[in-house]
Amino acid sequence: MFETVLVANRGEIARRVIRTVQGMGLRAVAVYSEADRDLPYVTEADESVLIGAAPPAQSYRSVEALLEAAHRTGSQAVHPGYGFLAEDPSFAARVQDAGLVWVGPRPESIGAMGDKIRARNLVAAVGMPVSRGSTEPVLDVASAVRAAERIGYPLMVKASAGGGGMGMAVAADEDALVVEFARVQSFAGRMFGDPSVLLERYFPRVRHVEVQVLGLADGRVVALGERECSVQRRNQKLVEESPSPAVGPELRLRMLASAVRAAEAVGYLNAGTIECLLDVDSGEFFFLEMNTRLQVEHPVTELVQRIDIVEQQLLVAAGEPVTFDPDALQPTGHAIEMRVNAEDPVRFLPGPGAITVWEEPSGEGVRVDAGYAAGTTVTPHYDSLMAKLVVHGVDRDEAISRARDAVRAFHIEGPKCNLPFFGELLDHPHFLSGQYDTGLVGRMRS
Amino acid sequence: MALWLDALVAEIRAEMVANVWKVVATEGDEVADGDTLVILESMKMEIPVLAESAGTIAAMHVSEGDVVQEGDVIAVIE
Repeated sequence: MFETVLVANRGEIARRVIRTVQGMGLRAVAVYSEADRDLPYVTEADESVLIGAAPPAQSYRSVEALLEAAHRTGSQAVHPGYGFLAEDPSFAARVQDAGLVWVGPRPESIGAMGDKIRARNLVAAVGMPVSRGSTEPVLDVASAVRAAERIGYPLMVKASAGGGGMGMAVAADEDALVVEFARVQSFAGRMFGDPSVLLERYFPRVRHVEVQVLGLADGRVVALGERECSVQRRNQKLVEESPSPAVGPELRLRMLASAVRAAEAVGYLNAGTIECLLDVDSGEFFFLEMNTRLQVEHPVTELVQRIDIVEQQLLVAAGEPVTFDPDALQPTGHAIEMRVNAEDPVRFLPGPGAITVWEEPSGEGVRVDAGYAAGTTVTPHYDSLMAKLVVHGVDRDEAISRARDAVRAFHIEGPKCNLPFFGELLDHPHFLSGQYDTGLVGRMRS
Repeated sequence: MALWLDALVAEIRAEMVANVWKVVATEGDEVADGDTLVILESMKMEIPVLAESAGTIAAMHVSEGDVVQEGDVIAVIE
């Protein structure tokens, strides 16, 4: 086992990884930018290295600065967290070439899954359902109409280079497709400098359900259950829960088995997530993409499986066995995570600021993974996640009840804060029934 | 007079401090209600600024890379 681990990240995830590294008796090295010098993770690490200015390109995305910090501190392994360089296969390769252990999947797996069309073809070849869609970028309206005949209406028209929900439209029939294709193509050209368009089957009501997988050092891949992630704004998750209220035992077996085969298809090692769409109307699920890293919402899985996923990541990276018996997983109870962001609870617009009050809830079944504390400042340079409030109960009702109490007991002043949204959600009939889809937040706000 | 002007001229203002990431529409463009004019970036979030009425872009007050403050006028639609 290596002795010193450099955590190539910041904020809540750096702090969360450092906690496990130290808990295993290893040394944790933090890196920080000039904007982050006062954050808790910097002082909690055994050693901290200033790696550059606030803009990520000059610090958390600077391969040279990170490798230099690893070298200078005698680090033997690098944990990338999520975001920044976590899914950059060339960074993973550079870490390995420097003689360090990369706490993540093989660079080849990251590359294979990072290419959306290649990933789709790979998982389809091992029997994972994929929804019908264009297999290559569409450049003119005649090709779009031809592709649409094969895919079927309604369909989603979206910019190939797009993301974050921009440059997307739904076409119910051919007339609408002709209009929307021209609009999306023109937007994509102006916006992204790339006018190519993709067509996909459109599902009016979908849930976003994902499977946590872990590739073990002995080559086996284990599925650690699913997470429900349909509470989203701007196509980004706000709340996750496990198990999913929409997944029964039979569907779970099929989803988990598919996810394991998909991960095995790329010889997957370490933690990863297979994201799926679940069509509410038909009950069918489809591969969306694979995230080849630790996920923000991994704690809900940790609480129901009673496993420290970061610990397993470090053990797998060291070539050692994991702490649990993969053949005897026994998930218990229900867990819910709420992403406490520096954004307003109505329109979800970001608002950084200095934190004057920070009081965390505590108690049975309550966990807070926080990146900030009173006296620190949320700056505009990085994402708006301040903390993850995670609760566990014997069942969903108890988890919801604990979530309500914990939200009420969490006090943050200074930056904008979305905590009041969770209070509203936890009393909303659709959330309470468990029968919600990715349109829930939009309907709450329309 | 003020009411008459309000009906014909709409000022689109920034709702938060942000960087101007992309300017999608330019002066003279005809836009429809809901069209994206500018995309702001703050805290790694891309926030589209939309036209709230149909019309012509009479003025575009920002360029890519600018920093806007809450309340700054981004564009004027006639």
